[in-house]
Amino acid sequence: MSEKVHLSIPVGPDDHSRGPLDAKLTVVEYGDYQCPYCGQAYPIVEQLLSTFDGSMRLIFRNLPLADMHPHAEAAAEMAEAVALQGKFWEIHDALYENQRDLSDASILRYVEGVGADVDEATKAVAGGGPRQRVETDFEGAIRSGANGTPTFFVNGVRYDGSWMYEPFSEYLSELLDD
Amino acid sequence: MALEVGADAPDFGLLATPDQKVRLSEFKGPVVLIFYPADWSPVCSDELSMFSAASRMFHDRNAQLLGISVDGPWCHEAFKEQRNIAFPLLADSNPKGGVARTYDVYREDDDTSERALFVIENGKVVWSDVSPVGVNPGADGALRAVEALS
Repeated sequence: MSEKVHLSIPVGPDDHSRGPLDAKLTVVEYGDYQCPYCGQAYPIVEQLLSTFDGSMRLIFRNLPLADMHPHAEAAAEMAEAVALQGKFWEIHDALYENQRDLSDASILRYVEGVGADVDEATKAVAGGGPRQRVETDFEGAIRSGANGTPTFFVNGVRYDGSWMYEPFSEYLSELLDD
Repeated sequence: MALEVGADAPDFGLLATPDQKVRLSEFKGPVVLIFYPADWSPVCSDELSMFSAASRMFHDRNAQLLGISVDGPWCHEAFKEQRNIAFPLLADSNPKGGVARTYDVYREDDDTSERALFVIENGKVVWSDVSPVGVNPGADGALRAVEALS
């Protein structure tokens, strides 16, 4: 299969987004909070955002692989619940920075730590909205040909290269120069 | 060249566990055959984990996922348990790669199979795809093929 694989759900206003809306580079990450590779990619993506400051927009969508990562879904749902309070990136960062301990009690501590209302977030999760959001992201990931965690799409095309800093930044620089 | 769309899908009986054999012709609905080179290799693991995670989407369309590699049934058991894979992994180990050969996806050079996907319905190949061995294809192509049947 040599043809390019395209993102099937276009980036939209409901996406969690960082960076300018008109950035020349839009990077969509499908990630799992408990996946060690995503944990490894987290500081690399931060570094890319700083290198390509002003030219790169980051979108994060959920792809929890629950068979392998028992806390991934709960973490993703709580992150979506906290997002309703306008603190998505804060909880996203806190979850990756504390990836080794994603027990339910610890997740609640991180929610509190980012200054979100724990009761409100817990109620939101119980209401089922965050679960629906995570499932929608998940289906979109499968339909887009996501092939593991993390999967990155750059400007709508699946990036099959290495996501280590050097090769990934080189690839983004080339796109920027085009 | 892998078997093409429209070709008869060769029937087979392979061990799904050390004491349980599965025949292709036993399945009434569409079947997705996932040929992969070997248990434990990183790309295969990602590929199978993605299919496993997506298994509900296939199940909802009455499609059966079947993984196949040249590894033996005991190896599959350990791999499946460690990765929590939600569908059978068949042992194409006796003779080694016998089924892969009938689908024209055996790799003589390294005694494994291609990373190949076939969607089969009513004994015919209705969709297929062969990826480079190092590239995980994702589940989207097979899912679209299954959806197109219903």
